[in-house]
This record gives sequence, C-alpha cells and structure tokens, in this order.
Amino acid sequence: MKNIRLTEMARVLRSKNSGPYELTLDIIFKDRESFELARRSGIFTEKFFASLYSIKTDQVIGVIEFAPANAIKATIVRPIVSGCAGDGDIYGAQQHAPLLSIEVPIR
Amino acid sequence: MKEFLVLSPTAILGYGFPLSSLKEGLNHRPHAIAVDAGSTDPGPYYLGAGVPFTCRDAVKRDLGYLLSAAAANSIPLLIGSAGGSGGEPHLKRDVELIIEIAGQKDLHFKIAVIHAEVDREQVRDSLRQGKVKPLGPVPPLQESDLDEAVRIVGQMGIEPLIGALEIGAQVIVAGRAYDPAVFAAPACKSGCKTGPAIHMGKILECGAIASTPGSGSDCLLGRIGQGYFEVETLNPARVCTVTSVAAHTLYEKSDPLHLPFPGGHLDLKETRFEQVAKNRVKVTGSKFVPAQKYTVKLEGVKKVGFRTVAIAGCRDPVMIREIDHVIEVVRERTRDNFSGTMGNYSLGFKIYGKNGVMGVLEPVKNIIPHEIGIVIEAIGKTQETADTICGFARSAMLHSSYPGRKATAGNLAFPFSPTEFKGGEVFNCNIYHLMEVEDPFELFPMEIINV
Repeated sequence: MKNIRLTEMARVLRSKNSGPYELTLDIIFKDRESFELARRSGIFTEKFFASLYSIKTDQVIGVIEFAPANAIKATIVRPIVSGCAGDGDIYGAQQHAPLLSIEVPIR
Repeated sequence: MKEFLVLSPTAILGYGFPLSSLKEGLNHRPHAIAVDAGSTDPGPYYLGAGVPFTCRDAVKRDLGYLLSAAAANSIPLLIGSAGGSGGEPHLKRDVELIIEIAGQKDLHFKIAVIHAEVDREQVRDSLRQGKVKPLGPVPPLQESDLDEAVRIVGQMGIEPLIGALEIGAQVIVAGRAYDPAVFAAPACKSGCKTGPAIHMGKILECGAIASTPGSGSDCLLGRIGQGYFEVETLNPARVCTVTSVAAHTLYEKSDPLHLPFPGGHLDLKETRFEQVAKNRVKVTGSKFVPAQKYTVKLEGVKKVGFRTVAIAGCRDPVMIREIDHVIEVVRERTRDNFSGTMGNYSLGFKIYGKNGVMGVLEPVKNIIPHEIGIVIEAIGKTQETADTICGFARSAMLHSSYPGRKATAGNLAFPFSPTEFKGGEVFNCNIYHLMEVEDPFELFPMEIINV
C-alpha cells in the first residue's frame, strides 16, 4: 500500500459557505480513476473530516459522493455564524487549507 | 420543441462583462436575458442596514447595456435579488436606476417590481401554527427573534416571475429570489421542464464562474430543449468543460444530489454531463421533485451594536511569542478600567500569521511567525462605546509589558493615522428558516410601472 497526495489527485480543493450557518468543502478529482481510488480508500468519512478540523463528529453534517462530477464533499457546521463577532471568513472561502495536506492510501 | 435560450451576462449585476461577450451572446438570438443581483455571502450587514453591496455606478453601467439589449431585441430582462439583499431599500435603488436609464436612453417598457420583504406579524402567525422550521443547524425560531429582526426577506421561487412574464412585463425587478429562478422562469413559461430549467439556472446564475478559466464578470449562454440543457461560453478565452459545469453544480450547496428550492427539489442522481463542443456542455437527467408543502426561505437579521476596528502589525519575536498573554492582559486592563460603565461590549483580536483566518478550525498550532498582523475589534451599544473600547485596548496593547520584553518604546506598528476606523452598525443573522405558504405568490406582491 502506498499513499498519494490529494493535491495530485484533485483538480479542485475548496471551501465555501452553504448559507451563513454551514461550511462546505469540495474535493473534485481530476478523473474518474482518481475519484474511484479515493472512494475505495475509505478514508473520507465524517470522523475523518471532524479530526481534520478538530471538531466533534456531530458537527459534520454529511459527506457525500457526487459521481457525475467525480467529487466528494463534506459539510460542517460553522463554528461561528457568518458575520457574527469572531468570524474571520465571512464567505468561508479560505477554510480549505487542511485538505491540501491529505494523503490518500491506495489499496 | 424549439430550444429556448437564456443569456446570463455576469455573476452579479454590477460585476461587469466584456461588451464583445454580450454582443456574441445577442448574436445567438436569446429569448431572455437574466441576471442575479444578490447573495447572502457578504454577510448580514447589507440586509440589516438596507445598503446594496454593489456600487451604484457599476450597476448602472451593466443595466445600461442590458436594458438597451433587451429593448433592441424585444426580449425580457429579469433581475433577481435586486440591490444584493432584495429588501425594500435594495429594490428601490435598482428600480430608480432603471427608470433613470430609461429616461436618459428614451427607452419605453413595462416594469414589474416584485417585492420580497415579509411582514413579521405574518411570520408570527405562521410560527404559532407550527409552519416555520429551522433550515439546517439553526435554532428554532422564537417570537423574540421576530421582534429583534430589523428586516426579513422571503426568497421567491419561479412562480411570481412567471406571473410577471404572463402579464407582459418586459423588465422584471425582483426582490430576494432563489438565485436560479430568474433564469428558469422564462424557460418554464415557454413550456420547458422545471428540472432542467432550474439546474440550468443554477449553472448560469454565477455567469462565467462555471467555465474555465472562470470569471465572475463575463457572460454565459444557456439553451434548453426536451430533456436537456446546454451551457456555453461566449468569450474565446474560456470554455465550459464537464468538470467546470459539474463542479458548479456542487458550488455553495451541502448536498448536490438533492438541491432544495421553493416548491420542491432537484434530484441529480441520474444527471450526466457531456462535452458536445469545445466550449459547450450538455446536461441531461436532472429531475424536479415537487414538495408536498410549498415552503419559502426567510432571511432576517438583528442589530447588535456598532463596531470600531484598529489595524496593527508586530515584528518583535518576543512579543509574538507572548501574544496570547498580551491579549489576556489587555482584556483584563480594559475590563478593569471601565468596570461595568460601558455596558455590554465585545472585544476581539484577530492575529494574522497565527490563526486570523481559520480561528478554532486552524490545525497549525505551534508556529512562531516572524511577523503578525493584528486586528482589534470592539462592538458596543453605541459608536462612542465601540470607539472608546477599541481606542483603550489599542493603547493598552501598545504599551503592555510582557515576559522578556526588550523593546519598551511600543509593541505595535500602525500603518494608518487615525489608527481606529468606525465600522458602523453591526448585524447578526437571526432568521434562516423555512415557512410553509398556501400560495407561492402570497409573500411577493407585484407592482407595475410603465416608462
């Protein structure tokens, strides 16, 4: 078994608000093969995203595969509602950096 | 069935477009021009303060070309979420601009203005009947939320827009609307199916963001036929690809397989994306599933006070190491100095270089940067309170002592004089709920203006 960096498998890695209360993370793979490899790795679970962002698993609303786009996406509860005191990213567009360091085990 | 063509000039009215792209779009003889003017992304301020987040002159520039194009081609122009947030002051700004431009260019048409501000008593009645539910991780609505809300808008679906087209409106200016609705409504009115029409609207609503290289200030053309739609770029510098269009289907949504909107949801499990020309993608299999009960999304904000901010930098490695300690000292000094005389206030510190962007979500914890940026933020009941707290915290931080301190002249580098900036009113989201309605039109009264 070897690991491949997610940055080599994905064409798009991004975060964005899904409304003011949720933050959604998109991983769009460069082709069907990379998407299938990532999916088979089984690492993209709610628990995984909770640990990536140091949040409780119940704060992960869901992890969804969208095969027509070769994509896996996760949505989490915003720790601070967009625009409330303490929020540092009103659009939620700069919360993706932890995705860049993921390595995917290839089975 | 003949194809129905909808031209999307830009991601948000006021974000602009190249005239060459608009001209190329018009060469295809579109049946409607539609543009989304709004977003909740810029945060609660704009809805609360009644201020558009787009600049008047930029919107006027876009509207000037679009109104001329619609009039010259005898096709309708639809504008959704006018003025950004789609409340009364936002709608008023865009309607006034349209009337002004019509006068200057000697254009004559029937304008339908569709209002979207919702009366709090109507929501209260629905709440008491159990017809208002939270949307996502949002607390259940309380009557006190309605009392505190300064403005509430409802997000209209396609029905009120189709109603305006049916009475022959040539320019439709809608308050808060489901983003894809202005693109889908003319297609649905001409007999196209709701599923592909809404999905096409979802792609078109951000202009050329769904192409590659993406842009929020360029045009996209949608064409819809029996059981499919296609989207294509109009600028030779960009193309729509399967990835760019499929990716946009996910954009800003929690669940791409199930996209809810007023009156139902899109089921995209069977959706297929296919490259049919270099710059064009065909999409099939997008299904509309009607809801059992018609619901409208409500958005509301409450006022929490006034903000003042100060911006500073720090290049001292010892101070940077001790920054958490310094912040605690400044908080305590401020609390002690005013000991309850300032009422409730909030004092916040953003440390850029450390965790200013991600806050509690930041996984990188043990790093000592060589310089940091600091934003001090105070929110008080009045602007004077915010000014006082922010100014005091700034001077306390400038001269605070910390373990190992060598530089005793001052801890902060200020880039500006004055060091503090008034941020004005502060609002928080307090309503983000779904309300059941009997009739898709009931919250959205229409008014006709002939120019």
